[in-house]
Amino acid sequence: MEKNKNEKSSTNRRNFLKLGLMSSVTAVAGASLISNLASEEELKASGEKVRLLTPDGKVVEVDATNINNYPEAHITPAEARKGIPNRKFVMVIDLAKCKNARKCVEGCQKGHKLDHGEEFMKVQLIQDNPEAEPYWFPKNCMHCDEPPCVTVCPTGATFKRDDNIVLVDTDRCIGCKFCITSCPYSARQFNWEHKAKYDDKSQPYSPETSVPGAEGTVIKCDFCPDMLRQGKLPHCAQSCPMGVIYFGDKNEDIVTNGEETVRFSQLIKDRAGYRHLEHLGTKPNVYYLPPVNKQFPLERGFDIDEEIIERYKDVPYVQELKKQGKL
Amino acid sequence: MNLTRRKSELVKEFSPMLEKTSTLSKIWIWSLVAIILVGAYALFLQIYEGQSVTGMRDNVVWGIYTVNFIFFLGMGYAGAFISSVLHFIKTPWKNSVSRIVEITTVLSIVIGPVFILLCIYRLDRLHYLFMYPRIQSPITWDVIAVITDLIGCILYLYLTFIPDLAILRDSDNLKVPKWKKKMYRYLAIGYQNTDEQKEKLHKITKTMSVIVIALAIVAYTILAWVFSLTLQPGWNSTIFAPYFIVSGLYTGVAVIILVMYLIRKHLKLEKHIRKVHFIFAGVILLILSLLFGYFTFSEYFPKWFSHKASDTNLLNTLFSNYFWMFIIANYGAVLLPLIIISFKKLRTIKLITLTAVIAIFCLWLNRYLIIIPTLETPYLPIQDTRPEYVHYTATWVEWALTFTGVAAFCLLFTLLIKFVPVIPMSGIIDNETDQNKKKRRFKKTITE
Repeated sequence: MEKNKNEKSSTNRRNFLKLGLMSSVTAVAGASLISNLASEEELKASGEKVRLLTPDGKVVEVDATNINNYPEAHITPAEARKGIPNRKFVMVIDLAKCKNARKCVEGCQKGHKLDHGEEFMKVQLIQDNPEAEPYWFPKNCMHCDEPPCVTVCPTGATFKRDDNIVLVDTDRCIGCKFCITSCPYSARQFNWEHKAKYDDKSQPYSPETSVPGAEGTVIKCDFCPDMLRQGKLPHCAQSCPMGVIYFGDKNEDIVTNGEETVRFSQLIKDRAGYRHLEHLGTKPNVYYLPPVNKQFPLERGFDIDEEIIERYKDVPYVQELKKQGKL
Repeated sequence: MNLTRRKSELVKEFSPMLEKTSTLSKIWIWSLVAIILVGAYALFLQIYEGQSVTGMRDNVVWGIYTVNFIFFLGMGYAGAFISSVLHFIKTPWKNSVSRIVEITTVLSIVIGPVFILLCIYRLDRLHYLFMYPRIQSPITWDVIAVITDLIGCILYLYLTFIPDLAILRDSDNLKVPKWKKKMYRYLAIGYQNTDEQKEKLHKITKTMSVIVIALAIVAYTILAWVFSLTLQPGWNSTIFAPYFIVSGLYTGVAVIILVMYLIRKHLKLEKHIRKVHFIFAGVILLILSLLFGYFTFSEYFPKWFSHKASDTNLLNTLFSNYFWMFIIANYGAVLLPLIIISFKKLRTIKLITLTAVIAIFCLWLNRYLIIIPTLETPYLPIQDTRPEYVHYTATWVEWALTFTGVAAFCLLFTLLIKFVPVIPMSGIIDNETDQNKKKRRFKKTITE
């Protein structure tokens, strides 16, 4: 009797689960059907036909408006929330190779139409302790897996995608700057006033390009998803002459700096790759290889503008150099 | 019969405040308006030219607007807390200060949020907070809490106004403009002071005062969380919520002492606001200052003792660029009340008020020290050559808008006590009838 009862209740549960599954399937199917219908309605035929070759060798004629001129396609803010399927992007920065050439900074500024002083990629001079020699530390957004900036955003203007990228939708941003205060890496910046470049609407806005900017909104490194969609490396990785910046996909376990392509897991294992401020639990997706056996002497990094050298004046090592009259 | 006579007596006593505006108060009102106009120009400039006219930059993204936001809201929540507690205490003297506390509360809760709006650049997108709300964000919690609290406090204030509005409506010989009379009639919502109505109003006010205490605690806790839920070395602290509540209460009591002093002096209410009020408030101020000192010490001592790198950096900033501010803020807000109010001889109205004024200033500095040095000391060192990106200095625009907030507070206060007497008349009557009853009961027991 007891057993019978149990059986009955378990079949009941199973039935219930089945019902739930069924109804959710129909709901999804219905929703996609409706959205398909809606999108078909939106695309009115232009009458202009284009002949195309399909992958299996057939020639088909389609309406010109139906052509999605991928990969230069415009990714709208709504589409930018999804991410590139099946990717988990990571970056590895080899501190042993960096000599503060600042090409990454310039490449990034050019790619994102940034002014002087607006830097998504910053090269800092870090001295961990008084005994250690300082090292050049290129720092961009860490695209954390537990991004504090995303949790605190009140409108969802900044978001985490499936492909590891954290983006800002400046169409949605209200400019409260809470995300800037919550980022432990100081990766975020703010557009404090109106600039003429924001009026340049020749390129439609996409969170994937961060161009054109908007006044009173937050900006930061976006890992250049527009370049990734075209199968290219981000601007910083492309412009580094030393091959400091490796970029790749964790799913494929491959990273490349444009010259050599290596296994991500092997690189991190062999070179003791670490993540910055690991103890905060933000789980960054930018890894650093320690500055051991440096390829260039540190001083090579001082071969730059006076103004940029001034930035490092608080580092004890630089103060020492200045005292000796070497700078 | 007796009651109506007493009512008209009281109206006669307080009517000069409602009917006439002296030259001095006219000057006062117009100078406040002048400050507000300067603020309006500053606001126009900030909206037209962007926030680059303020001292806020990429590292210090929140400046004195946020400091004022915390300051005013703290004052408001403290006021709500105190007035609700007063509601439960049965003493005749509480009546003279209860309205001052209530008005202070509501005005600071109205003005506080304006400062956070000044911090938000894209006010044109403010509705996105409701269009695309993310419940995970402490800002969303804060929006909900502040709005709820504002509504709760305004309702509470209104409830305490009703009996007086009814008295003013019924007094025919009051010489005020027609629109004011109309307002009295409309806002008294047919209150006739019948026993049933009295009972009902008393019940509702009591319930509301409990709700207001709870709201105040919740709302100020959430405000503290806006800071303590981040990873910043100076903010990520477990004691931030109680610390904020204690310093908020402290600010509230200090501001109430100052307002009491000004009103007593200017409106010649020495008969109603007496020394006993100042001494009582002063003792509370002393207790709160000790609590505040305890919390401040508990906040910084572990940071110094355990010397984590990020904490040490913050303390270095506090003890280098902010040395004097840090010393003045803590000594002024902790030691001064201890020195002055502990000694019975020094407990004069003037000295207690002076202590309160210094405490207000020091508590504002304390909020400044919580916000700005933390933002100037991030985990990764700031390496920049633009001085405004390294150190924050408030610009005249920010100061103008800060003083506009203070001026708006004073102006609204002045106008509000021109509309309803600053001492609740109904409270005086209630106290007197209570005392008469007691006397009668006393006589009865004696004769029996």
